[in-house]
Amino acid sequence: MFDDKKIDSIKSSVESWDKESIQKSLARFPERKEKFTTGSNVEVNRLYTPIDIADMDYNEDLGFPGEYPFTRGVQSTMYRGRLWTMRQYAGFASAEESNQRYKYLLDQGQTGLSVAFDLPTQIGYDSDDGLSEGEVGKVGVAIDSLKDMEVLFAGIPLDKVSTSMTINAPASVLLAMYIAVAEKQGVSREKLRGTIQNDILKEYIARGTYIFPPAESMRLITNIFEYCSKEVPQWNTISISGYHIREAGSTAAQEVAFTLADGIAYVEAAIKAGLDVDDFAPRLSFFFNAHNDLLEEVAKYRAARRLWAKIMKERFNAKSAKSMQLKFHTQTAGSTLTAQQPDNNIIRVTIQTLAAVLGGTQSLHTNSRDEALALPTEDSVRIALKTQQIVAHESGVTETIDPLAGSYYIESLTNSIEEEAMKYIETIDELGGSPKAIEKGYIQKEIQNAAYKYQMEVESLDRIVVGVNKYQIEETDKKELLRVDKSVEINQREKLKVLRSERNNEEVERNLVILKEKAQSDENLMPYILDAVKSYATLGEVCNVLREVFGEYQQSVIL
Amino acid sequence: MDRPIRVLVAKPGLDGHDRGAKVIARSLRDAGMEVIYTGLRQTPEQIVAAAIQEDVDVVAMSILSGAHNHLFPKVVNLLKEEGVDDMLILGGGVIPEDDIPFLIESGIEAVFTPGTSTKDVVDFVTNNLKR
Repeated sequence: MFDDKKIDSIKSSVESWDKESIQKSLARFPERKEKFTTGSNVEVNRLYTPIDIADMDYNEDLGFPGEYPFTRGVQSTMYRGRLWTMRQYAGFASAEESNQRYKYLLDQGQTGLSVAFDLPTQIGYDSDDGLSEGEVGKVGVAIDSLKDMEVLFAGIPLDKVSTSMTINAPASVLLAMYIAVAEKQGVSREKLRGTIQNDILKEYIARGTYIFPPAESMRLITNIFEYCSKEVPQWNTISISGYHIREAGSTAAQEVAFTLADGIAYVEAAIKAGLDVDDFAPRLSFFFNAHNDLLEEVAKYRAARRLWAKIMKERFNAKSAKSMQLKFHTQTAGSTLTAQQPDNNIIRVTIQTLAAVLGGTQSLHTNSRDEALALPTEDSVRIALKTQQIVAHESGVTETIDPLAGSYYIESLTNSIEEEAMKYIETIDELGGSPKAIEKGYIQKEIQNAAYKYQMEVESLDRIVVGVNKYQIEETDKKELLRVDKSVEINQREKLKVLRSERNNEEVERNLVILKEKAQSDENLMPYILDAVKSYATLGEVCNVLREVFGEYQQSVIL
Repeated sequence: MDRPIRVLVAKPGLDGHDRGAKVIARSLRDAGMEVIYTGLRQTPEQIVAAAIQEDVDVVAMSILSGAHNHLFPKVVNLLKEEGVDDMLILGGGVIPEDDIPFLIESGIEAVFTPGTSTKDVVDFVTNNLKR
């Protein structure tokens, strides 16, 4: 970036600045802390200068938006062309209630849907399963069959919106239901746009909603890649997620490292299954967290983009630029929200929104202020969405691309996050790749250590959390919280009873038997899952067939 | 007290968010206690069986999904049915303040929500043992 002569002269200026100015100043006013660190505990220097990025080559390391290595963004005009998709993750109670919330959000100017499923749905249990007791409709909407899915999207034209579904272990089943609903609306598969999360590796690492063992899960995932590349070409077949890894307590560099290591595992699995990298890689997408440390987060997204581009080009010999572009959704950090003084969370979310936008996200969910207490109310969801709109239209940060580029600090931090992430990826490679590293508990342990360290820093006041360990107040003003009524579970069970008595049970049984046979073969399961859901086989029934063939994953507990 | 305090840290229900449970488990262990962590997706029956088998002094449960009102009291009642009355039963997680009185009444001795310091949990356990 700078020639040696220039660097030498800056070096001597820095030395004299230190002597003349800093030492005097320190003698009179010591700095607030001995050591300053980022939110992820990386030491921050007093000042960054061209010395810190002396070796950078503009064309090679940054380049231009829309061009390799995509450090500055994946589209050539970024937000000047089109703003990111404002996509609030929503869903609770029944399909009817969630359908109303979606229509409300679309009316408020939201531009895409994002479906939150309840835990029984995420783990492939019907609402009337014993294990579902107390959980139905709680953290998301309960979907037992195509019937519920029809209601969920009633009056929402699926060729007009794109839909993201946070579903992993049973992603193939929910995707099949989505395709079936579209068919009923007269919308062909080629027109469907959206994303299924479909990232099982991070479930074993951080989020816990797995069903099947890794090998069988990877098969379902590559079945989806293959099926969609032919049948649903605009669908993003996976959203490789660092979000939950970060929520579990990882650092920013760990978030990048473990997410991309999972990405590598998916690419390898797909290539091994006989797919061509440029056929499926353009439909891979990513999902990152946005924490409070604004500048570190911006550097994180830039580092992730550059590193993935290099991995796809150099490691997997991708030829298409689209295969090298890391496109990502962002969600603000739920774990940073506090139950104390919940209104403060609006400010945290604003900072995190800025981080995501300055980092070049393709879509964004902003958390609501009351989420450390319960699911968000309509009021608090609206504020969260408005936060995005204000950043988009009033802050000015969307008018030029990658506005923080060239900042000595940002570039230096981008480089160091990339380096640290690469080191982790090398270690994971040595352990035999991400699935092996997870099996050995390596990734979980690294995250747990970081989480514990963070907690200890908060408790020792090395890290201030406003309203929690400093500036506390007596809380009197109680906010209204969203409640999911017990009747949701009862109604859902009732609906299932009706469904089972009204559908053609012989057809269901026939489809499930075929699915079981195919699960024992090497065939792609998507067409058979689609047949089963179309005959109104329930999610639980389909997953139980697969459980019988595949078995269930048992977590190895590591403390 | 001769032997160290034994604690079962448990995740009832289906949610997989165990960051809080693991941080608490580790800080109890750092405070000199013996900690057994059940892992995810434990039914109330499994938790009670583990608590009895491991002969613990404390059962600490964590839930984020909103199923606490259903699952926490179930564990308390099952322990009662088994004739166990000397275990300290604690709950934690994303739990609205309005639910806490009900949980306390159901026999959960204390409920710790986000923002709780691990020291507070350690102190509470140490000072409220039932044996």
